[in-house]
Amino acid sequence: MMPDLGAYAFEVALAYAGSFVILVVIIGLSVLQALRSKQLLDETERRISDA
Amino acid sequence: MSLWEFANPRKFMATTDRLVVPLFLLAALCLGTGLAWGFFFAPDDFRQGSTVRIIYLHVPSAMMAINTWVMMLVASLIWLVRRHHVSALAAKAAAPVGLAMTLMALFTGAVWGQPMWGSWWEWDPRLTSFLILFLFYLGYIALWSSVENPDTAAELTSMLCVVGSVFALLSRYAVNFWSQGLHQAASLSLDRDENISNEFWLPLLVSIAGFVILFVALVLLRTRCEIRLRRVRALELKERIS
Repeated sequence: MMPDLGAYAFEVALAYAGSFVILVVIIGLSVLQALRSKQLLDETERRISDA
Repeated sequence: MSLWEFANPRKFMATTDRLVVPLFLLAALCLGTGLAWGFFFAPDDFRQGSTVRIIYLHVPSAMMAINTWVMMLVASLIWLVRRHHVSALAAKAAAPVGLAMTLMALFTGAVWGQPMWGSWWEWDPRLTSFLILFLFYLGYIALWSSVENPDTAAELTSMLCVVGSVFALLSRYAVNFWSQGLHQAASLSLDRDENISNEFWLPLLVSIAGFVILFVALVLLRTRCEIRLRRVRALELKERIS
């Protein structure tokens, strides 16, 4: 299944690994920020309607 | 239905609520297919060997790095001309995604360049203009966070976006402007003879589609987040006044 990457195996693996890390970080941060903002808005709206 | 309807935050939130998750799933499908196809099943290049597999990450990320700035430019111009807050927030939301794409293009380019050119970095016109674009993204994000008033921040960052678009264009056309430099000419062309062969082109196309859809999903998600934070700010102001 694994292709024979020959002499450049390290470079190809490094490029894929590094790119996946960048993608995971930007997706993860965006999802986390979205969840936090939703929670913050819900809390603020609840506080104001209770007051 | 007019596109300007989405300038209404309520309409934007209601419409995008149904879009974000399917877009993420579609992006995962395209990225998974394109990258797995390119990595496991595409052949080696006769000259560059297995390093050609980096193309499935490098070209889409470089394209998105430039196109994100173009999208930010359009959104900034809409803000400057028509004062629609959603467009300014969409530009703000896109910047970290563009930064990530530029970083990925620079990183994969360096890793690809090392075995092919014998160097991780060269002051080649295309590489240098990409580095400047990366710095512009950092400056844009820093400017947004350094100005407290959101409308003033939108104003200043829109100006910066217009100035930075020179470097986005330069990054795109640097290989055509300057014949010197190590970076090869564009891999993709509408001319069938100049375009890369189908064995590389088809998985690359699927991968590009994955990056584009992922970009749209991320920008929608982040714009929704910015709209919510703007709403929180407005509610807190209202609370303080009353």
